[in-house]
Amino acid sequence: MKFTLSWLKDHLDTDATLDQIVERLTSIGLEVESVDDKAALKPFVIAKVLTAERHPDADKLQVLTVDTGDGKPVQVVCGAPNARAGLVGAFAAPGAYVPGIDVTLSVGKIRGVESHGMMCSERELQLSDEHNGIIDLPADAPVGTSFAAYAHLDDPMIEINLTPNRPDATSVHGIARDLAASGLGTLKGDAVTPVAGEGDCPVKVSIEAPELCPGFALRLVRGVKNGPSPKWMQQRLLAIGLRPINALVDITNYVTFDRGRPLHVFDARKVAGNLVVRRGREGDKVMALDGREYAPTTEMCVIADDNGVESIAGIMGGEHSGCDENTTDVLIESALWDPITTARTGRTLGIITDARYRFERGVDPEFMVPGVELATKLVLELCGGQPTKTDVVGYAGHKAKVVSLPLSEIKRLTGIEVAKAESLDILTRLGFGVNGSSDVVDVTVPSWRPDVDGKADLVEEVMRIHGVDNIAPQPLGAHDAVNGKILTTLQIRTRSARRALAVRGMMEAVTWSFIPAKHAELFGGGQPSLKLSNPIAADMSDMRPSLLPGLIAAAQRNADRGVGDVALFEVSGTYESDTAEGQRRVAAGVRRGTAKLEGSGRSWSGNAGNVGVFDAKADAIAALEACGAPVDRLQIETGSPEWYHPGRSGVIKLGPKVVLGTFGEFHPRTLEGLDVSGPLCGFEVYVDAVPEPKAKPTKTKPRLDLSAFQAVKRDFAFVVDKAVEAGTLTRAALAADKKLITAVSVFDIFEGASLGEGKKSVAIEVSIQPVEKTLTDQDFEALAARIVENVKKQTGGALRS
Amino acid sequence: MSDLETLEQSLLSDIASAVDEQAIEAVRVAALGKKGSVSEMLKTLGAMSPEERQTKGPAINGLKNRVTDALSARKSELRDVAINARLIAEKVDVTLPVRQSPAERGRIHPISQVIDEIAAIFGDLGFAIAEGPDVETDHYNFTALNFPEGHPAREMHDTFFFPPDQNGERKLLRTHTSPVQIRTMETQKPPIRIVIPGKTYRQDSDATHSPMFHQVEGLVIDKTANIANMKWVLEEFCKAFFEVPSVKMRFRPSFFPFTEPSLEVDIQCDRSRPGEVRFGEGNDWMEILGCGMVHPNVLRHGGLDPDEYQGFAWGMGIDRIAMLKYGMPDLRAFFDADVRWLQHYGFRPLDMPTLFGGLSA
Repeated sequence: MKFTLSWLKDHLDTDATLDQIVERLTSIGLEVESVDDKAALKPFVIAKVLTAERHPDADKLQVLTVDTGDGKPVQVVCGAPNARAGLVGAFAAPGAYVPGIDVTLSVGKIRGVESHGMMCSERELQLSDEHNGIIDLPADAPVGTSFAAYAHLDDPMIEINLTPNRPDATSVHGIARDLAASGLGTLKGDAVTPVAGEGDCPVKVSIEAPELCPGFALRLVRGVKNGPSPKWMQQRLLAIGLRPINALVDITNYVTFDRGRPLHVFDARKVAGNLVVRRGREGDKVMALDGREYAPTTEMCVIADDNGVESIAGIMGGEHSGCDENTTDVLIESALWDPITTARTGRTLGIITDARYRFERGVDPEFMVPGVELATKLVLELCGGQPTKTDVVGYAGHKAKVVSLPLSEIKRLTGIEVAKAESLDILTRLGFGVNGSSDVVDVTVPSWRPDVDGKADLVEEVMRIHGVDNIAPQPLGAHDAVNGKILTTLQIRTRSARRALAVRGMMEAVTWSFIPAKHAELFGGGQPSLKLSNPIAADMSDMRPSLLPGLIAAAQRNADRGVGDVALFEVSGTYESDTAEGQRRVAAGVRRGTAKLEGSGRSWSGNAGNVGVFDAKADAIAALEACGAPVDRLQIETGSPEWYHPGRSGVIKLGPKVVLGTFGEFHPRTLEGLDVSGPLCGFEVYVDAVPEPKAKPTKTKPRLDLSAFQAVKRDFAFVVDKAVEAGTLTRAALAADKKLITAVSVFDIFEGASLGEGKKSVAIEVSIQPVEKTLTDQDFEALAARIVENVKKQTGGALRS
Repeated sequence: MSDLETLEQSLLSDIASAVDEQAIEAVRVAALGKKGSVSEMLKTLGAMSPEERQTKGPAINGLKNRVTDALSARKSELRDVAINARLIAEKVDVTLPVRQSPAERGRIHPISQVIDEIAAIFGDLGFAIAEGPDVETDHYNFTALNFPEGHPAREMHDTFFFPPDQNGERKLLRTHTSPVQIRTMETQKPPIRIVIPGKTYRQDSDATHSPMFHQVEGLVIDKTANIANMKWVLEEFCKAFFEVPSVKMRFRPSFFPFTEPSLEVDIQCDRSRPGEVRFGEGNDWMEILGCGMVHPNVLRHGGLDPDEYQGFAWGMGIDRIAMLKYGMPDLRAFFDADVRWLQHYGFRPLDMPTLFGGLSA
């Protein structure tokens, strides 16, 4: 919403300065977006050409002496054909910035003659495109005074960033009302005097869609003479960015901004028959005033005559029946349009107009008829003519809302005490009716405030006018105890997983929740219910089923920038379905190139090898450990999802059913589908699948019994079938004596012809902790026998000889 | 010169000229071993007359002691030499670089760090952290938050939609974290003090807008919470978050469908230094958050009686306050995972924001 200061002062009697007004507007909720104080035009003063002589060295230049008002005429070289002695125009002295040519003037010599300034054209001042000559003012223009002030170009323009709830502030009058209520002046009379008319309006209106049009007023003015509107009106419209068209059209635009009352004018001689307000129909077409053709649907409201659609209701008129300089009879329309339909129509057709802006917020129904009267008055003043009576159709009158307001509500919600008299005074000044003298009053809502429904709305009115700055901050009731834990288990695990992975040298990425459809499909996603209907880009269309495709793509982007060894992770949501439960909390990571835990790339101390499945496995287990998963009970199995390398990947489970994660290198087809390359591995861990720890009554840790006897280590090597998993073998060894054996690790794997076809050797180190006595050789032999026996039973393997 | 003296000189000379532990051992064996020269002499004592023994005994034993001492002194000398030689041989170039520790290399994304900072501050004020799904229903995202069907306010949220289901209902990506207000009211009776950080989505993309961004919502519901309390909470938060002793904030009446009265908040700052914003000084106002008293209709949708319960809510952009605090110029880079950016703007894994240690150490 834009307006000028002088325009505001038509409605507000005030001595306030521009700065005061701007500050007040913002503080009462009409946020000032920008102010153009026209400072750019300040340097230009009115000056008179005293003499004009031919330049000695140039045919097209003249040397002028110019009186700029200080009694010391200056010499100016000028090329304008209309420069002549006696001309009064706009002068810019050296030092002035001339916006139209983007030059700051200085004293210069033009073909050997000094020039001390410039007489300007309209284009040089960016007033118009006129550049055939310099500005030529009437002879009585006061020399030495501000050109902008003289030409009324110094009117500051204010733009408000209007919230969608305030239709009343789409008008200069409404803004003045708010300012007056805040004590910054007095609102000037807002009554519109009706203009008497002769006879009925010959064009009748029937409303076939009353649910879309709760009222329609129409009046004919005959014998008008349409031409350019007066300069003052043109200047105001130009100042707010509107192009003056002709007086009739300019009047509708002027009233739109002046009173928030959009109007439409039809050239009556181009209207065939009567007007019908109806829904759009199959086959409807209208060439609108923006020169584009639209096809209104049944969801939209139109005004039609015998020729068809003449106007898209509440949004834009049609070109066919528009007014031009040949218009002699004009139909003035002031109607009410359903806000929701107007908004939807504008959105569907992609039309943004000043009318839509107001109708979708809800115009004042009680100003429908005064709007016609005001427009008629202006038409008669500017274009002459004889009006008929106004025909009002379908308007049932406005039923004002009444809200019961306990005055205590103001303190309850805002924390400040506003005196009862002040509260009621504020409401009255804003146009609300107040009834009752007790502590609960009945407040009648004015017709221009459809946004006010309840008590809280009235509290806001009092608060914003009384001044939000008057509310002193008050501490929020302190809690009387030390704060407890505020995070949920999932939140804690999410944080721990992040820190644990970062500690492993990985960098946390935040990648898009929506990924290309192809990527989603490669990772088990892509179902229709998780495809956006209106993605912002084709490759951001599907909710991700996994964090891996986004991370792999990110790693590749880094590689394409020359950083091929990257380790990235993310702890965030993935989407299995469109329900709340379908959103999982996942920790995932990828390593590329040689980005191993210890570091990447080459080093004098040993080069880092390519990343692989075991790097991913270690990351996954670290993440699970950080999430509090019982890492000693994890089962590692094969059979990971199809996007992994089938022989170099695994699934992490807890018991037969709970899948905690997957890890591995990727299937070549996955990498091809993602269009990425390079040694890559990754993992995903389901943070939300890790079981909650059992609640315990105390934080006491289990008793620690330290054995007094020396721990020992024994090595064994077994020859087993190649297919035997190391995990099975170590579990078998561990199970040989759960009391004495504390750990089993694998320290060598060997395959060779010496072992026989399809065989491998697995060497393990068994850690033994005697608990009751030092073990004798016989004890060790017995234990070793049990280990060998158990391994043989579980794996079919034999001790390597 | 007696035999003894000759022997002693010869042994001491051998000891002195021994160059390593092996040589000195050979000298020791030759002198003091079972058949060593000194040992052989000691054996002769038995066959001597007492008088002879009286003079020879001390002489031979004296010789033995002096040789033993000389041996041990030379041994120790030689050990020092050997150690020194070994140390010289073992010298390495300590200027060779070592690999950086993983904990030094890893980074936490600024968004996660800022969420932890927010949690630290609001945890101190007795708030819990609530979360909700990104894929939402129209009900939770709009209707329950008092956005009437077709209202222009819905237009302000360029919403991402999913295709309609068989009932014609279409899910959407939440445009704000406010749906969690309703979800919380449905499951928890007041008093409620929560902050809700999370991902939000709007169809918008430029240097300061991204189709995916992060918001933090705050909600306080009890029987007394009012705008004065809200001003206090938000001012305290801004001071703590931006780590400045004072801030100046401007509360402007505004409009949000889910609050009434509604306010927008600007924070005073100095933006005269390129790439840096200083709070608590300067002449600029920057919009930082929106807030207000929870709209009675929202309380009703959450199952609460607006005449009994009241409260306030606010929302602000996490990415935005992160940019303001830490100076990242472009929002889009947050989601690009460029490791150079992460390395520069990210946080070390062990830099946990706490109030007792300062949010950003």
